[in-house]
Amino acid sequence: MTAPAAYYLPAGMPAPVPEPDGLDKPYWEGTRRGELMVQRCQKCRAWQWGPEWICHACLSFEVGWTRVDGRGTIYSWERAWHPVHPALKDHGPYIVVLVELPEAGGIRMLGNLLGDPRQVVTIGAPVEAVFEPHDDAKVPFTLVHWKAVERSRS
Amino acid sequence: MSTKDRTLRGKVAIAGIGETKYYKHGQAPESEFALALHAIVNACADAGIDPRQIDGFASYSNDRNDPSRIAAALGLPALRFSNMQWGGGGGGGSAAVGNAAAAVAGGVADCVVVFRALAQGQFQRFGTAPPVATASGDAALNFPYGLISPAQRFAMRVMRFMHDYGIRHEAQRAIALASYHHAQSNPRAVMYGRPLTPEAYDASRWIVEPFRLYDCCLENDGAAAVIIVSADRARELKPRPAYLLGVAQGSEYRNAARSHNAPLYGTSSFTTVAPQLYEMAGIGPKDVQVVQSYENFTGGVLMSLVEHGFFAAEEANDFLVPDNLLAPKGRLPLNTSGGNLAECYMHGLELVIEAVRQIRGESTSQVPDAELSMVISGPMVTPVSSLILGGEATL
Repeated sequence: MTAPAAYYLPAGMPAPVPEPDGLDKPYWEGTRRGELMVQRCQKCRAWQWGPEWICHACLSFEVGWTRVDGRGTIYSWERAWHPVHPALKDHGPYIVVLVELPEAGGIRMLGNLLGDPRQVVTIGAPVEAVFEPHDDAKVPFTLVHWKAVERSRS
Repeated sequence: MSTKDRTLRGKVAIAGIGETKYYKHGQAPESEFALALHAIVNACADAGIDPRQIDGFASYSNDRNDPSRIAAALGLPALRFSNMQWGGGGGGGSAAVGNAAAAVAGGVADCVVVFRALAQGQFQRFGTAPPVATASGDAALNFPYGLISPAQRFAMRVMRFMHDYGIRHEAQRAIALASYHHAQSNPRAVMYGRPLTPEAYDASRWIVEPFRLYDCCLENDGAAAVIIVSADRARELKPRPAYLLGVAQGSEYRNAARSHNAPLYGTSSFTTVAPQLYEMAGIGPKDVQVVQSYENFTGGVLMSLVEHGFFAAEEANDFLVPDNLLAPKGRLPLNTSGGNLAECYMHGLELVIEAVRQIRGESTSQVPDAELSMVISGPMVTPVSSLILGGEATL
């Protein structure tokens, strides 16, 4: 999980900030350490993503956080062409993937798919998480992207 | 009281419809509030009532035009009902009618206006990103990846659904072609006189795969309004009443789970709503003669029609061909005014008006003897909603 040489999308995209109420703080702190943290209920062991204050399965408020290894498969994807944000003007297409994590109860996580933005994308293909630190941001943050892995490693 | 007794079926009707002229976004010559007033006054004129008989308002999608200000502007003797359906997008279009109907049927108010007004030149457009430097909450998990606009939010739901059932792009194309075809008969339509060919569709640019330009709705300025009164009152008024036979709103299990974690992902959000709708109306999909299905994106229409039981997902490639979707003779005439793609994007309230016109026999693409007319509002958001209108013979 090495950082890419440049950011996948141009500078000036909206920067993520943790919610004022603290709900997603463990996730964003984890990404700064290069760790992918998601929720797992301490009572019933159900996985949960995105974060919420209560476990949807057993209604316990004791929803803990667990590190996952960041391996999954592409559940769905899109290739965006039309620039809806000023920072994307003249940038060209980019790919967003929704990744299912079978080892974490099938929760899904978002991110960009690294590599050629015109590559063929296959639902079900194995991917792994790649951390993209933005240390130069006013409030530093780290994004999580995905890259294709060989099938033999999945 | 059993569920069966607690029905809205046949208790209220849409007795008046009103619109402004529909404009390209940013081109309305009047303020958004003035547009809303025009639509409401026009709906009263259509119904043949004095606007001062209005005693309630219902809207959706965070409409900016405050009912109290409207009541003051119109000099209403008393305001008895002010309702806003939660949720953005067009999912509240049918629900707002249902909320108004519940108020009238329950004796809370007598004459409720459902309205929607949009002047995007005066406010932020839906299809462009708000000029924000940061994103928090669910947006923090979406925006930094360029997952911002409605088209980008919903493309992956459609991509997954099309993958699961082997649905081809031609199915989406047929939906776009049907809307444009019907708009060519409708002088009110923004795309009147601007037909769409299959070749032009295929050559159009990608917005976000799997949506091309013509898979995406317009954005327009204007306003629309409908008037809800009791069935008995509607019979005393001049227009042919369009009775509300059924209405339902909501979404399925954990539809709004953050970061795209809805357990059922490839959905227009109607899998639990559509059965409620049919149960109240006491009819099935085979009885429906004409459908107005909200097109934010054609792929959402595709899933909406499946979830309302018009065909199975596996049959989508065969069913979704233009001939099946065109009035007057298609198997399921769809979006007969041109809809959000080609008449006007009035957040789907123009679809409710078109459904009423079909019951009155006044559509520019009329389905002969239409007695059962459906509206499906706002696929893929939550809550969504849908309704069924009927003529006198269906009561």
